[in-house]
Amino acid sequence: MSAGVDLDNVCADFGSFRAVDRVTVHIKPGEFFSFLGPSGCGKTTILRMVSGFIRPSEGKITIGGQDMRDIRPNQRPTALIFQNLALFPLMPVWENIAFGLEVRGVDRKARRDRAEELLRLVDLPGAADKTIGQLSGGQKQRVAIARALAVEPKVMLLDEPLSALDLKLRQHMRAELRAIQKRTNVTFIYITHDQGEALAMSDRVGVMSQGRLQQVSAPQDIYNQPVNGFVASFVGENNIFAGKIGNISSNMAQFETSVGTFKATIGPDAGTAHNPKLYVRPEHARLVAKPVNGENAIAVEIADVAFEGNFISIQARDAHGGILVAEARNDGQGSVPSPGEKLHMVFDAERAVILADETPAANATP
Amino acid sequence: MNDLLRRYGPVLSILFAALTAFWLLALVVLPDLYLFENSFRPYLPISEVGGPKDFYSFDNYLTFFHSPIHIQVFVWTIVYSTVVTVLCFVIAYPLAYYLSKVARSNLLPTLFLLILVPLWVSEVLRSFAWFIILALKGPLNILLLGIGVIDQPIRWLTGFRGVIIGLVYTYVLFMLFPLYNAIQSLDTNQIEAAEDLGSPWWRTHWRVILPHAKPGIASGSVMVFMLSAGSILVPTLLASTSSRWFTEIIQQWMFESQDWNTGSAYAFMLLLLCTIFVSVVMRLFRVKLSDIAK
Repeated sequence: MSAGVDLDNVCADFGSFRAVDRVTVHIKPGEFFSFLGPSGCGKTTILRMVSGFIRPSEGKITIGGQDMRDIRPNQRPTALIFQNLALFPLMPVWENIAFGLEVRGVDRKARRDRAEELLRLVDLPGAADKTIGQLSGGQKQRVAIARALAVEPKVMLLDEPLSALDLKLRQHMRAELRAIQKRTNVTFIYITHDQGEALAMSDRVGVMSQGRLQQVSAPQDIYNQPVNGFVASFVGENNIFAGKIGNISSNMAQFETSVGTFKATIGPDAGTAHNPKLYVRPEHARLVAKPVNGENAIAVEIADVAFEGNFISIQARDAHGGILVAEARNDGQGSVPSPGEKLHMVFDAERAVILADETPAANATP
Repeated sequence: MNDLLRRYGPVLSILFAALTAFWLLALVVLPDLYLFENSFRPYLPISEVGGPKDFYSFDNYLTFFHSPIHIQVFVWTIVYSTVVTVLCFVIAYPLAYYLSKVARSNLLPTLFLLILVPLWVSEVLRSFAWFIILALKGPLNILLLGIGVIDQPIRWLTGFRGVIIGLVYTYVLFMLFPLYNAIQSLDTNQIEAAEDLGSPWWRTHWRVILPHAKPGIASGSVMVFMLSAGSILVPTLLASTSSRWFTEIIQQWMFESQDWNTGSAYAFMLLLLCTIFVSVVMRLFRVKLSDIAK
């Protein structure tokens, strides 16, 4: 039913611009895989190469073990859900859904039955004879999913399909998409710039920047163990310190910054990087009146306190005026510091990581 | 109107409005009304105009229905105008699709220039050019003989062939541009979505692109049909003795018989019957007038 997708050293060039640079990834059958990255990072190009609308300049794409080189989009076992959905406005809902079956020569009655069945699957029964214009954003979304599922694709490709929906509906559709994926067990390749979506829905996430795949990992590893500065700062928030690495002992190192020297975990390739930085997530930073001896600590003055309900976000200024952020869970009894208060920001060496910048940009490679 | 006033001031605004009104009334509405009124009056010597024989009747219109040859010419005019319309569509659709969805956008100005350049030459010259091209010992036959497609020269200018070729050439752009606009307004993602769902190219055209382009097809067809049926120049230059166009009969009434009354009646008959024909065809293809206006 579902098939794996292998990208092997895939590149895409548009003139002299390299949109996708040597991407290699093995997506397993039945996996929910997301490509996460800012706009222009090449993720949509990857999707269009898998669906067949763009030919890779180099490298190989296989689906279910079959080389896709000379296979046209209409012959591939994939179904693409477009960012703007691209439903056919002149056909009623059921004909939209059954279009792929019409193409395959299924007779009208069977097409109609299958369309109704899929409408029930996407929780939209009774909409068969409506026009596309009569549907709300979320309903259109469901019709697009049903239309793609109708051709029983082995791989479903989704190009930011939730970006046009409002926040509440988007969160609802996340769960829905995940559920449909589990129910149908089709391989999903999902494109998004929204880290929340990628982390919440995916089995694995591939973070991209400037045409390159920076890291492929399970969501929690992307967040907890970013491999480089790009991943760390694109996914979640960080306090970032420039500086240089001092003494290294096994996987820990001294890191010398303008606000002090700290002990921190050393990330992959950071030891040899020419511009390493220290990353501390706000939730790993605490504010104390008096740090314990030997602890990583920065003297700060509280600048602003934002009470968010379940957590408290505190902005503090270091000796050079740089803004640092600490976040604390609201346990219902802790005291909240007030602006102007002089405290120390402390963090554990295990929770602070020294990372190299991202892998050099595609166009900068010699 | 307020915008016009603010931009050009009262004097210029009134001048614009007056010129437009003059053009519409004096040059379009009044002559038509004059002909319309005349079409109901008999053709009389000057001395009898205004006399007892000068009364309104449908006699001029009935003349048409009493002359089988004129009816036959009218039917042929409708039939061959339809053929011209269909041929224009067949030629313009692939071109419009190519220009709007396939051609690289930096090529478009050049392509449009190439398409428009022939329009800069007067219609009379272009028709004469075709007259030469289509002649029995003309370049087209020489070419076809030369590359071995035919072994006998073709008489292009007998029957309606010459008229059809001339009319298609003259009016094909009136089909191209509405089609181009219609296809261009289609979201390319829809074409890709159809292809992604497994659709071969012809089904994508049939189910997605053509339905979307329907208003453009309709307005292009109406224009080409009406212009063809009402054309006088091309049929005069490129028709043979066996192929008469209805406009030629109107011209004969007016300029050869000097009977402007019957000529006017025939002209309004042409307008009326073509309008009815177009409406029926539009009804058959389920096109609404509001679609065309889009």
